[in-house]
Amino acid sequence: MSAAPKHAPTMAQMSLPERLAPYAPILLVVGLVIAGFVAIPATSSWLTLTVSGLAMGMMIFIMASGLTLVFGLMDVINFGHGAFASVGAFVGVSFLLLLEHMTGAPNLLWNLTALMVAIIGAMAATGLMGYAFERVIVKPVYGHHLKQILVTMGGLIVVEQLIIVLWGPEEIYITRPESLKGAITFAGAALEKYRLVAVGIGLVVFLAMRYTLRRTKIGLIVRAGVENGEMVQALGYNLRMVFIGVFVAGSALAGLGGVLWGLYQEVITAHMGNQTMILVFIVVIIGGLGSVEGCFIGALMVGLLQNYVAFLEPKAALISNIALMVAILMWRPMGMIPVVKAK
Amino acid sequence: MSDPILKLEGVFTNIAQYHILQGVDLTVSRGEVTMLLGRNGVGKTTTLRTIIGHWRAHQGRVMFDGQDITKLPTPAIARAGVGFVPEDMGIFADLTVEENMILAAVSGAIDEARLQWLFTVFPALETFWKKDAGTLSGGQKQMLSIARAMIEERALYLIDEPTKGLAPAIITTMARAIKELKDQGASILLVEQNFAVAKALGDSANVMDDGRMAWSGQMSELTQDAELQERLMGLSMEAH
Amino acid sequence: MLKTLVSGDTPRSPILLATLIVILICLAFAPFLFPGVRSVDTAARICIFIVLVASYDLLLGYGGIVSFAHTMFFGLGAYGVALASTHMGRGFDALLVGSVAGAGLAALLALVIGLFSLRVRAIFFAMITLAVASAVAVLVSQLSTLTGGEDGLSFKIPRALGPAFKFMDGELFGVKANGKLLKYYLVFICCFVLFLLMLRVVNSPFGRVLQAIRENDFRAEAIGYRVVHYRVAATCLSAAIAALAGALYAVWLRYVGPDTTLSMEIMIDILLMVVIGGMGTMYGAVIGATLFVLAQNYLQNVLSLAGESVSTLPLLTDLLNADRWLLWLGVLFILSVYFFPTGIVGRLRGK
Repeated sequence: MSAAPKHAPTMAQMSLPERLAPYAPILLVVGLVIAGFVAIPATSSWLTLTVSGLAMGMMIFIMASGLTLVFGLMDVINFGHGAFASVGAFVGVSFLLLLEHMTGAPNLLWNLTALMVAIIGAMAATGLMGYAFERVIVKPVYGHHLKQILVTMGGLIVVEQLIIVLWGPEEIYITRPESLKGAITFAGAALEKYRLVAVGIGLVVFLAMRYTLRRTKIGLIVRAGVENGEMVQALGYNLRMVFIGVFVAGSALAGLGGVLWGLYQEVITAHMGNQTMILVFIVVIIGGLGSVEGCFIGALMVGLLQNYVAFLEPKAALISNIALMVAILMWRPMGMIPVVKAK
Repeated sequence: MSDPILKLEGVFTNIAQYHILQGVDLTVSRGEVTMLLGRNGVGKTTTLRTIIGHWRAHQGRVMFDGQDITKLPTPAIARAGVGFVPEDMGIFADLTVEENMILAAVSGAIDEARLQWLFTVFPALETFWKKDAGTLSGGQKQMLSIARAMIEERALYLIDEPTKGLAPAIITTMARAIKELKDQGASILLVEQNFAVAKALGDSANVMDDGRMAWSGQMSELTQDAELQERLMGLSMEAH
Repeated sequence: MLKTLVSGDTPRSPILLATLIVILICLAFAPFLFPGVRSVDTAARICIFIVLVASYDLLLGYGGIVSFAHTMFFGLGAYGVALASTHMGRGFDALLVGSVAGAGLAALLALVIGLFSLRVRAIFFAMITLAVASAVAVLVSQLSTLTGGEDGLSFKIPRALGPAFKFMDGELFGVKANGKLLKYYLVFICCFVLFLLMLRVVNSPFGRVLQAIRENDFRAEAIGYRVVHYRVAATCLSAAIAALAGALYAVWLRYVGPDTTLSMEIMIDILLMVVIGGMGTMYGAVIGATLFVLAQNYLQNVLSLAGESVSTLPLLTDLLNADRWLLWLGVLFILSVYFFPTGIVGRLRGK
């Protein structure tokens, strides 16, 4: 009988890549910023672009977060999500035009109040619209992805046409509130005031969502529901109500994103939601369906990349984001922070 | 004898084109541990899932505490007082143990006294309180799954193979927990393949075969009749 | 003999059969039955869209694959012909080179996308094709030196297909016997052949395996069919045919541009046509395309008539505005997904 082999277990520490893995997404953003710094000759330009990139990223995040949560929780894919952004923009702009005396005045308080009114109006309108959309268009096709895609696209077309019916076919120009016009100079770079505000609002939304998801009971229900909706119901929660709530919230967020985006571009058209949907989809795919954190990081990356590349080589901007998406999918086919489903 | 807490009458359940339950009759008496036994694939899990409403019976009735729950949605059935511990445990890996328990306390905040009692039954729960549930071992997950169902008092517990793949020490803990539930007055419908546990806990026994109830009676009857065991389940249960 | 022509895939409904025969006759004799530039143009569009939508049905209805990249392949064929004609000079050789190159490139691109789709979920795949197709459309608009940018490319087609070419003296049944007539019949005959080809494919063993995969891909894989290979093959074939349809479109219009060939609107139109007509039927493409193109051209007139008669309520007039025909089509689309999931053809067949 041979002797048992020598048993000398080693406690190997995880290799560096393994230890960095959970932080990889954030590191990617930092890496991107650094790459931009290296690629762009003038520091001041880089600073300006980084701020616009972050601002754009925040707005895309706000629009995309609703979509990713709805899919993660309800397994519903809403190709008409862009319509909510468009409607939000139009409603918000309508309010702003109504409050022109407040936005035109060089008074920050008045400007912000008018902006708040516009935002709340837009979110209320899109939230309501989301409720109607869910009951009429989405509910009948739960569980059938193909039908969802078709029906929500149909809904998108109908909503876009209705916008034209209500507001006319022409694009509407909108100027930013007085005290949000222009830029402040910092380290030799011109940083647009509005973009800084957008970054601020985006951060607030992200932190609010994070707080709700992590520290409130409803947030727990949503997170658990994303993983295993059946079990959540078996505990006694009416998941259907939660679905509707999340859908409405996601639509309202899209509306908020739409207003901010409209002010960013300073012009709104009925098709604007549709156009931003390309970037929104890229972000949702990169981030991982159902993950708010992934969506946030993906959005920042897309915003930054779009701005950096547009500066360096304008024609390659959208393609560079496609390349980013392909690269990330090759690395993590389910997106950066996939949600583990119990299915 | 008081009316049963749960009664299934002629329940037929299909899943897609598969006819799983073909006329199940089942009675669970109040304050008892009723065993649901049978070989793999006979429809035990499907029966539990039909009761809790995950799958709908297209024929037959499910009566709970005198109420017809056949067509009720799952959340309503749970709120009526039915606790469910599924075969795959159904714990939320992305949430911490604490969050799993908070979620399970449907009516509001966690009852501290009850939680402390649960900690005595399942000490690991307290140790891993702040950890992500996904990092727990199989046995600990199972304990969490039962503890979750127990955090609020329920009239009926549906428990699906809680000891599957667990170490003997943990099985003992599990059995103890179920016994304590029974002592509190709850009724339990327990699916088990582990015969020692079934023998120790079960008051009445129901053996399923081919989507139907093949035999119902007292657990003592079944354990004393080796030939009956052989006939119903293909082997003597002593062999386990 | 007729049965073998349609590869055994008969209409299976008397109304459908009658409708198809009517459509066939109308298209076959369009220049004679409906003389006039606009009506012949409508007929040609119907022919081309029938092929385009049928190729999409192959992918979606038979293969169960949701993709938004179809207009990209359509555009590849169109731009192939345009670029070949621009650089090689007018002539049939340019048309041939352009079409083949376009179809080949489309198949290649479909191969790459198809192989990539192995690693991701179906929903991801749909979204990815959407993003890629949009990016390509933007890219084509931006590379103006190569592609003519936003304005597109106008190019010359062979003399034999132009109005100046007279292949016989006088008129043929009241229609000028010139190259334009030939051009129409080139389009019609090519489309007819391509459609019959697709009928052949979906009724072949390949087509049947594809349908089996659509129903239950696990089972198909278990039986022994490499699901991946079949799906990729279907994507490539569908893409190549779409490109050929695009080539024909370019020849017909003598112009290509991002909005006529690559826009998302066309993709949505294709979706409408295939759903309203009936997915997984091939004949659905015929019905859907015919209905849609006719609506596009003539519904606007109907709408403006309706709009005029209710001129009391301003909102109603806005809703019935001729330009809002897409709104009503969208509503029709949503209703057909709910109430006619099998499309018109499905309904006629009693499903």
